[in-house]
Amino acid sequence: MTMDRRHFLTSGAALGCSLAASPLLTPVAFAQAPTDNRLIVIILRGGMDGLDVFRPVGDPNYAALRPGLNAGNHLDLGGFWGLNPTLDPLMPLWRAGEFGAVHAVSTHYRNRRSHFDGQDILEAGVLNIDGGAGGWLNRLLTTLPGASAETAYAIGREQMAILAGQAAAQRWSPDAQLDISPQARRLLELVHHDDPLFRDASAQAIAIAEQLSMDAASEADDDTDMMATMMAPITARGGHVDLAEFAANRLRGETRIASFSINGWDTHQNQHQGLRGALRQLSDTILTLRAGLGPIWARTAVLCMTEFGRTAAENGTRGTDHGTGGAMIYAGGAMRGGQVAGRWPGLARSDLFNRRDLMPTADVRAISGWVMHDLLGTPRDVIENTVFPGLELGDNPRLIL
Amino acid sequence: LAFDPTLAAIRYGTGLSPYHAPAGRVDDILIDLIAPDAMDRLHPIPGYDTIVPSLAAMHRGNRLLREARETPHEPAALAHNREIRVAANTARVNGHLALMARSLDSRYGLRERLASFWADHFTVKSRAFIQNHLVTPYVEDAIRPHITGRFQDMLKAVVLHPMMLTYLEQWRSTGPMSVLGLRLKRGLNENLARELLELHLLGVDGSYSQRDVRELAELLTGLVYHSRRGFYYDDRMAEPGAEKVLGVTFSHEASLRNILDALEVLAMHPETAAHLARKMAVHFVSPDPDAAMIAAMTQAYLDTGGNLLAMTAAMLQAPGAWIEEKTKVRLPMEFVTTSLRALGMTGAQAKSMQPRHYRRWVRAPLQVMGQPLQRPIGPDGWSEDAEDWIIPQAMAGRISWAMGAPAALLSGLPDPRDFARTALGDHVTPAVEFAAGAAESRREGIGVVLASAAFQRR
Repeated sequence: MTMDRRHFLTSGAALGCSLAASPLLTPVAFAQAPTDNRLIVIILRGGMDGLDVFRPVGDPNYAALRPGLNAGNHLDLGGFWGLNPTLDPLMPLWRAGEFGAVHAVSTHYRNRRSHFDGQDILEAGVLNIDGGAGGWLNRLLTTLPGASAETAYAIGREQMAILAGQAAAQRWSPDAQLDISPQARRLLELVHHDDPLFRDASAQAIAIAEQLSMDAASEADDDTDMMATMMAPITARGGHVDLAEFAANRLRGETRIASFSINGWDTHQNQHQGLRGALRQLSDTILTLRAGLGPIWARTAVLCMTEFGRTAAENGTRGTDHGTGGAMIYAGGAMRGGQVAGRWPGLARSDLFNRRDLMPTADVRAISGWVMHDLLGTPRDVIENTVFPGLELGDNPRLIL
Repeated sequence: LAFDPTLAAIRYGTGLSPYHAPAGRVDDILIDLIAPDAMDRLHPIPGYDTIVPSLAAMHRGNRLLREARETPHEPAALAHNREIRVAANTARVNGHLALMARSLDSRYGLRERLASFWADHFTVKSRAFIQNHLVTPYVEDAIRPHITGRFQDMLKAVVLHPMMLTYLEQWRSTGPMSVLGLRLKRGLNENLARELLELHLLGVDGSYSQRDVRELAELLTGLVYHSRRGFYYDDRMAEPGAEKVLGVTFSHEASLRNILDALEVLAMHPETAAHLARKMAVHFVSPDPDAAMIAAMTQAYLDTGGNLLAMTAAMLQAPGAWIEEKTKVRLPMEFVTTSLRALGMTGAQAKSMQPRHYRRWVRAPLQVMGQPLQRPIGPDGWSEDAEDWIIPQAMAGRISWAMGAPAALLSGLPDPRDFARTALGDHVTPAVEFAAGAAESRREGIGVVLASAAFQRR
C-alpha cells in the first residue's frame, strides 16, 4: 500500500466505502418493520417500594405500618390512592390517561429477596435461570416477524440481561461518545479497512455518534422554544436524561423496543430522601421520552418494573427492607392510564405474604405478556410458550387502549 | 508455522513493551513460568484469609448497625460501618490495580494470561456488597498457585472456597436424608454439581446425565463455610449412602475425603481433558483451533496426571499455536493493560493512579466496552467470540478510550510513528504506520494506533 499524507487528506472520499457499507447509512426498505408501536421496558434496580410510590392511603392499615415515612402530603388520585409528591411532574400525564400503575404485583421469585437473583429472574422471565434461556425481551424479538438488529436496543452501561440471547439486538451507552476529529475518523476507517468486523462496528459507532450530534444541533436550532417548554419539568440533567433522549432518538427511527435501567431504589434508610432521587430520575425519564417521541408517544407503552417490592412496615431507620409484592408503573400514549389497576390484597397482617410483605396478586410477566399481545400483536400461545414458557396469562388487564 | 517473538508477546503475553523484550523461543516462556512467581512478590495481593476488611468484619459492621438502630449509638455505628465499606471498596480497587501492575511489569505475561483464563473458567461473582472485594482474593488463593500445577488441586481449592460455595449456592445444599435435611426439611441445590459437569469438567456436550448431576449434588453435600471459620465440612448436612457418578461408585461413608476423591476422578475423565484443552486453545489461539494441537494438549494432560504446565507447553510447542492470522480480540481488560504497557506505564505508576482517574479511565470505560469489573453475566464467564466484543457501543468505548486515556494517564506521549512500532513490532501494518503519521495530533495518532484492528487482535 502506498499513500502519502496529502493524497490521503484530499481524497477522504475514497475511503468512504466502509461507511457506505454500514447498515445504518444504507437505505434499507423499512416496509418489513415488525410493528408501528413502541415498547420501552425500564428495569428499576434495587427494589422499588411500590407502597410509597402509589400509596394505598385508603387502606385502614396503611398509616399504622408507616408512621414515619409519609407525612400525609400525597397527591390525591381519587380517594383510595395517593401519589408520592415527588411525582408531581407526572400529574398532567395521569390526568391525560398516560400514566398509571398496577399494584400488588411481583415476579415469581419468592422468599430469598436477593437483588442479584431477583433481577436475574425478572429479566430471564423463567424460574430456572441456569438453562441459558436469555432474556424475555430477546425471546420476544425472536418471534417478531421482520425484526432486524435495529429493532431492539439495550441502552446504558448496565448489562441488560433482559435483551441477551439469540436474537440480534443493539447496545449503546450514551457514555460511548465519540468526540474525535473528522481526520481521526477517516484514519480509523483506514486502519479498519481490511478487517470487516472492526470496520462495520466502528462505522456504526461513528454513524450513531454523528447522528446524535446532528440531532442535538438541529433541535437546538429549530425548536429551542418548544423543547425548552417541554423539558421544563425535568429537574436535572443527568445520565438518565441522556439514556431517555437516546432511546427516543432510536425509537423515532427503525427501533421498536428499548430497554434500560434506573438504579437507586434500595432504600433501607432515610427512604424519604433516597426515593426522592430515584423518583425524580423516573419522572425525568418519562417526560424526556414523551418529549422526544413527539407524535410517536401515542403509539408507545413504557413499563417500569423492579425485582421485588419492600416490606409493608417501615423499619427502624426510616426505610424499608427487601420484600415481595410491589407496583409496576406504566406510561405512554398507547396505555390506559389514570388508574391503579390490579387486585388489592389488603394490608392486614393476615393478608401479608409471610405476614411481612405485600401479597402479590398478579405476575409482572402476565401483565407484560398482555401488553405485548395488545401492543405488538404477539399471539397468546407464543407468549405462553416462547416469551414466558410455562406462564398462564390469565385475564387481560386491558392496559393498552 | 513457527515460533514468532512478536506473536508470542501478543497472543500469549500481555503485549509488547518499550521495556521488556519478547521471548526468543518457547523455552524462554516455559522457564519463566517454572521460575518463582516474581509478580506475586512485586505486587502482592492479599488472600481471602488476610484481606482487610474480612468478611467477618463486614458482617460485624452490619450487625452492630442493626443493633444500634434507634439508640444513641446509631451515629457511631453508622460511621463505623461506612468506614468498613469504604475500606472494602479501596481493597477492591487496590486488588484490581495490582493485577494491572502485574501485567505491566511481567516479563512475558503468560502467567498473568493463564491466571485470568483459569479465573474465568472458574468464574465466581459477588452476591452482595460485603463480598465485592473478595473476588480477587479468591483468584489469588484458589487459581493462581495452581496454573502450572495439577488441575485437580485448582479444582479442589475452588470447590472448597467460600466464594464458590456462595456463588453457586453449594453452602445451602443439604442432603434430604441427612440429619439437618430431615430436621429442617431442607434439600439439595444442584447448582454447583451441574456447573462442575457442564462448565468446569466434562463440558456441555459431555456424556453425563441428569442422574449424574443429582448424584454429584448428593455427594457434594456438607461443604459449607462460616464468615469467621472459613470453609468447613458439616457431616450433619451430608447425604448418607453411596453415590455413583459417571459409572464410578464412591464410598458409602459420606466424608470430605470422599468428595475430594470424586473430584480427582472427574478431573482425569478423558472428556474433561479434551474439554479443557479445547477451551484453552480457543481462548488463546482461534475459535477453530487446530485438531492436532488440541489432541497433543489433551494427551499431555492425561499423560501427566492433570499437569497444566504440560498442557500449556503442548500448546506452545504445537505448530497450530503459531498460525499467523489473528482471529481473537483482546478483551477490554486486556486492551486497557496492553495499551498502557505499550505506552510504557509501570506497575508502580498504575498502583499510584488517582481514584478519579481510575474511575474515569479504567472502571467506567470497561463497562462501556462490555466488561464491567468482575461482573460477567453468568458462571460461564466472558464470551470467547470476537463478534460479541466488537459491537458498535463497545467499539465506541474502545475508540474514545484510545483517544483520551493515554494523555490523561501518562505524562509525555511518544511520537505516534515510533509508538506504532513499539505497540505492534514487526506486525505493524502499512495502514497503521501511515495513519500514525497522518494524524493531526500526538493524542489522535496514539489513539488511532490503539484503536486499530491490528492492535486489538491477538
